[in-house]
Amino acid sequence: MTQDYIAVLVQIVLAGGFAVATLIASALLGKRALRNPMKDSAYECGMLPVGEGQARFSVKFYLVAMLFVLFDVEVVFLIPWATVYRAQIESGAGIFLFAMLGFVGILFLAYLYALKKGALSWQR
Amino acid sequence: MDWHLLIAAGVKIVVFVFLLTLPLVAMAVWAERRVSAAIQDRVGPNRVGPMGLLQPVADGIKFLLKEDFTPAHVRKTFFWLAPTLVMVPALLTSAVLPFGTKLFGEPMVIADLDVGPLFIFAVASLTVYGIVLAGWSSNSKYPFLGGIRSSSQMISYEISLGLSVVPLIMLYGDLNLGHIVREQAHNGWTLLPLWGEGLSVRGLILAIPMFISFVVFTTAMFAETNRLPFDLPECETELVAGYHTEYSSMKFALFFLGEYAAMIVGSGLCVTLFLGGWSLPFGWLTPADTAVDVPFWQGLIHIGVFFAKVIAFILFFIVIRWTLPRFRYDQLMKLGWIYFFEIAVLNIILTAVLMWLLAPGSAA
Repeated sequence: MTQDYIAVLVQIVLAGGFAVATLIASALLGKRALRNPMKDSAYECGMLPVGEGQARFSVKFYLVAMLFVLFDVEVVFLIPWATVYRAQIESGAGIFLFAMLGFVGILFLAYLYALKKGALSWQR
Repeated sequence: MDWHLLIAAGVKIVVFVFLLTLPLVAMAVWAERRVSAAIQDRVGPNRVGPMGLLQPVADGIKFLLKEDFTPAHVRKTFFWLAPTLVMVPALLTSAVLPFGTKLFGEPMVIADLDVGPLFIFAVASLTVYGIVLAGWSSNSKYPFLGGIRSSSQMISYEISLGLSVVPLIMLYGDLNLGHIVREQAHNGWTLLPLWGEGLSVRGLILAIPMFISFVVFTTAMFAETNRLPFDLPECETELVAGYHTEYSSMKFALFFLGEYAAMIVGSGLCVTLFLGGWSLPFGWLTPADTAVDVPFWQGLIHIGVFFAKVIAFILFFIVIRWTLPRFRYDQLMKLGWIYFFEIAVLNIILTAVLMWLLAPGSAA
């Protein structure tokens, strides 16, 4: 099985090589033109750029990223359980279901708390 | 060092990724333009080659020959790095997809990993870095907003995407995509258990949570690939072109290629998980097990079946894109975090309970 990761490595090299090769080819073959200050400025639908390029943005995006880390870990923890679930159930260990229900239940409470606090509501 | 392994991997990657997937990307772009034209009662590209079929070639040459312009106000290193970071993971995810049985005694999968879906999720989420870097390094308002929106949307839907696959893993008890497809070939596709062991009360009842999974998975896949109705990151009427507004020539083309390649791999994953991968319905032409060598023509048919299914799925993607209007951002977040998250979690519990009640050992 470890041998199969060699194939992944080969693919990283080939895919990266393809991307770099096309970028270089385009830089070499592409048309050359003069620069001018207007062309160098940020695109704002033909207007002169107003203010700085990086405007302030809503803290909601940051909050979503934090919640993502929390709940994505939940998914990762669910996968090993899911992989062995069938074998466990067929051998008659019904308690296996309730063990995970406890875990998901606690996380669901956290989710409900985030919901109640309005962390996921965008209309405000 | 096993040279045979290295050469086999190289040949498979070149044939599958560069000779099959990339031309499929080109044809998907052509199909997108022709289908959209047909839906909007236009003609679409029809001048280059018969029926405009050579249009993607002309586009590719133009991408190469146009001025490769880097504006002065960008952060150069990251500006150049971003397109590569979008393109490489998109191509890399195709490594674990089983696109056939065997040809010349070689298994038709680039890397037969035991963690298939996990590998795809892990690598596909690297694309977010490319998009964030593109938005941030452009140092301009529209790309910045597009990058932030896109990253937020992609990570939100990644949760529903991951959760929607869990019931399926529970059903098959395996993370190897090759094994999952072989199981489906023998005992009925996940969504269509009409032969083998699947044709039983247990199989038919368990197809219900699988169908819910399929709906959540497909919709989350649309959001992950930034396709309409979820193309908020680059909705023209608000953000010009989103995170790649400042890009031109081949750097723009790499974003475009990456996006379409992600769509094709997404379709491939969906076909593999839910629609039986390379297998024909009713177990036709299915080899008894992995040790048996399949005849040359059967191997070709399996590859053809896989690609036929993927193409059908891409056409579905395209028709959806030109049929549905775009969501508003708060609706998008609500759909991902409230409806899909809850449906996916409840679906896992539903599957677990059903499997428990219908287990061979229990009374039912």
